[in-house]
Amino acid sequence: MSKIKCQCGHENPFGTVLCEKCGRPLTEEAKDSSMVDMRYEGSARRSQTYKKSIIDKIWNFFSSVKIGVSIIIAVLSTSALGTILPQKFYVPVNGNDPNAYLDYYERLYGTFGKIYYHLGLYDMYNSWWFKILIGMLGTSIIIASLDRVIPLYKSLKKQRTKRHPSFMKRQRIYGEEPVVNPDESLVNAEKALKDMHYNVKTEDGAILAEKNRFGRWGPYVNHTGLIIFLLGVLMRGLPGFYVDETMWIREGETREIPGAPGYLLENVAFTVETYDKESADAVFGEALDKNGAIVSNFQSDVKLYKEKENSLPGSEDVEFIKEYPIVVNKPLKFDGYSIFQMDYKTGELSKMKFALLNKETQKSLGEFTVDLNEPAKKYDLGSGSSIQLMEYYADYDGIVDGEPVSKSPVPNNPAFIFNMITPEHPEGEKSFVAIQQTLEVEPNDYEVKFQSVESRNASGLTIRKDKTLYILLLGGIVFMIGVIQGSYWQHRRIWIQKGEGSEMMVAAHTNKNWYSLKKDIDKVKETAALPAYTDKQDKDTAADTMEGETV
Amino acid sequence: MDYASLSANLLFVSFIAYLAGTFFFGGAVKSSKTEKSYKDSMWGKIGIVITIIGFVSQLGYFITRWMASGHAPVSNMFEFTTAFSMMLVGAFILIFFIYKTPSLGLFALPIAIVIIAYASMFPREITPLIPALKSYWLTVHVITAAIGESILAISAVAGLIFLAKNIDLTKKSKERFWLEAVMFTIVLVLGFVVSSTAFSLSGYEADFNYIDKNEQPAKITYNYPPLFGMHDYEQVTTDTMKPWFEMPSIVNAKTLTTFVWSVASGIVLYLLLRLIFRRPIAALLQPFAKKANSQLMDEIGYRSVLIGFPVFTLGALIFAMIWAQEAWSRFWGWDPKEVWALITWLFYAAFLHLRLSQGWEGKKSAWLAVAGFVIIMFNLIAVNLIIAGLHSYA
Repeated sequence: MSKIKCQCGHENPFGTVLCEKCGRPLTEEAKDSSMVDMRYEGSARRSQTYKKSIIDKIWNFFSSVKIGVSIIIAVLSTSALGTILPQKFYVPVNGNDPNAYLDYYERLYGTFGKIYYHLGLYDMYNSWWFKILIGMLGTSIIIASLDRVIPLYKSLKKQRTKRHPSFMKRQRIYGEEPVVNPDESLVNAEKALKDMHYNVKTEDGAILAEKNRFGRWGPYVNHTGLIIFLLGVLMRGLPGFYVDETMWIREGETREIPGAPGYLLENVAFTVETYDKESADAVFGEALDKNGAIVSNFQSDVKLYKEKENSLPGSEDVEFIKEYPIVVNKPLKFDGYSIFQMDYKTGELSKMKFALLNKETQKSLGEFTVDLNEPAKKYDLGSGSSIQLMEYYADYDGIVDGEPVSKSPVPNNPAFIFNMITPEHPEGEKSFVAIQQTLEVEPNDYEVKFQSVESRNASGLTIRKDKTLYILLLGGIVFMIGVIQGSYWQHRRIWIQKGEGSEMMVAAHTNKNWYSLKKDIDKVKETAALPAYTDKQDKDTAADTMEGETV
Repeated sequence: MDYASLSANLLFVSFIAYLAGTFFFGGAVKSSKTEKSYKDSMWGKIGIVITIIGFVSQLGYFITRWMASGHAPVSNMFEFTTAFSMMLVGAFILIFFIYKTPSLGLFALPIAIVIIAYASMFPREITPLIPALKSYWLTVHVITAAIGESILAISAVAGLIFLAKNIDLTKKSKERFWLEAVMFTIVLVLGFVVSSTAFSLSGYEADFNYIDKNEQPAKITYNYPPLFGMHDYEQVTTDTMKPWFEMPSIVNAKTLTTFVWSVASGIVLYLLLRLIFRRPIAALLQPFAKKANSQLMDEIGYRSVLIGFPVFTLGALIFAMIWAQEAWSRFWGWDPKEVWALITWLFYAAFLHLRLSQGWEGKKSAWLAVAGFVIIMFNLIAVNLIIAGLHSYA
């Protein structure tokens, strides 16, 4: 493609609208307009110049801000749909059975819930189309930024101090008028602008005062931050970068930590504390009267162990690392892992104490305790008496086909078949014992009688490791730097130059915050004689002046 | 006087100060011919002084309540909404000192007043923190997010002034309809305040037992005559009215009742206003907006988004993610409140892109600013009270 040669002699890349050096309009459209589009300095952007090949078309599609905004609108409106009903991961359905989910949505939300489920909206943030939308957003951010930042950088670098009058006239803020002493005005203006921390350049009766150009790069910096963030999110898919596991651990138990090989956790105690009227601050009295007890703390006191090097997996050869109280908002952290307090169960049965009694005399032959999680096979009571545990049902759920069944390994409703061996019955007598229930095959002389129960709490913990966090944080920081850079600093430029005879011209441009730019020019006018200017977009002030009001 | 009651009194003082400030800003606008001359009007100066007094008093409310409870007072609906109104006034004061425009105060203060009134309808007692909120990130995240939202809200105030000034109300148009719709919504909030105050002054209470959505028995107390009954309800108080309809278990019939009462009283209030003034509400406000300089309002609208957007990003997304990582083990979980913060952020990102590259200035930009405020309010009101998630304050 050929270069465009401007009257000033500068060769511009093909597609340039305003000469990079002197600012003369180069296209017919720009020549006809009273105000030029200054957004990218009238530079040649790839997307505006090449429109032929398939790559051009893809590039042009993603570089369009209109498309970018459309993608943003698509993401935000579909995201809103996902908040109408709770998402899959907040629904109390166990396992991954699709029918269970369908049932849940249909039961609670009727036909609407059914449609919501079938459209996939119940898990929409993990859907392929939502991921594609986010991917398109990322692509748009990259291409639209590259399309603009490079030509913008080049033309700001090449800009000349003295601009052609046709450029000046087409600025939003422009004024021309004869002044008494143009040269003196220029000198005074230069000084005033320098006092306001403008970067001032002069050339042959012309001034270019520029400030905060770096603010122009803000959008590109913040877009870089967003891309880093999105890359971080992508990296969670790589093995080893991301661990997300849950574990239930009862008081007194020591278990291997899922997702963190080689580490063990012991749950010393789990406690729930509440605010009550006696101990809490008096200021909370009214709230406690109204709401009843309010939970103040969930806490798992744990001990962390590590298997010693070279020891066999599962061996007892462990090394104590630390003791830590895990509370909400204060996870246990070690070796890149964090363990969070997420859930709890209280009062899970742990031990049951029984006595072996003679039914007639109610005389005890001794007591024994069954550990409900690891029951022993046999309990010796001395003097020839003992108990054999024939069968154990941790979560007894009635009799199916003549056999007692347990619905889970959790001791929610323990039941036992005991064989009671006594001096009178060395072969033993069999008895089925459940809570509030004893069944005998034939009348026995002895019975196993429930004495007491011990319960304990369990902690529900989440184990996380996320190596991408630092990348995400970096993305966030870069984004913040860019967005602050672009929002709080505005790129201002003021051009002043001598025209024919005693004529002077002043023009100005900023990418945002025109109000302050005008204040700056007014400040310069206090010490330097400059022509009055108009803001071509401020119609009200013009109207006010027409009505004859002066301030 | 203890801190808690001192705090309540200071809030009341600020409420009165904002009312007085509105009056003086009104005077400033009325007594000057154009935007240029009202900048230095005496009325405007008194107005801003009173506003600052009100703001300092509300800041006093905030600090004393903090001292009383031992945590930043942003832990429930009343506290957060009140803090938001305080920051809205703070943001107005900041913008006022940049642009010196009393008409902004004339519109911003009444909005702050309505928000305080709205906040006061929620339980005001000081509650201790539940475990999930016990973190310094509560202070950092919520306060930063609220500051960001309040600066963004100023953009909507400027947009509203721009629209009130520039929409031709003599001719029927879509714009005229929607502007009146915005006014109507504000009257609806007042309807909620009026009806809620009326019933709470009368001490109305109706108790029910019902079956919740997990099929567990539960209890509830209505403060409004119960138009809608909870699922499988059983009336405990007998001298109160019997609900007209019974709702399925997923609908909170109490919230629905409150909503219907508020809308009904809002409609009555609106009709009364129309009957008294015989003009649309927007037409009543138009003379007060006429003096404002459109270009300046457009600039304020844009500038406040520019100032507010980074603060909002930091508070509502970045700090939010850091806290979520600490408390819930994941920085992002598509909880409704999180999603709506993201939607708000995306919306303002779209606003900035449309303005920069599609030249959406003036009316279009003003409408977007108003829509942004609607999204922020939706996130505050509807997401908290209707779409219950982890963030629910209700």
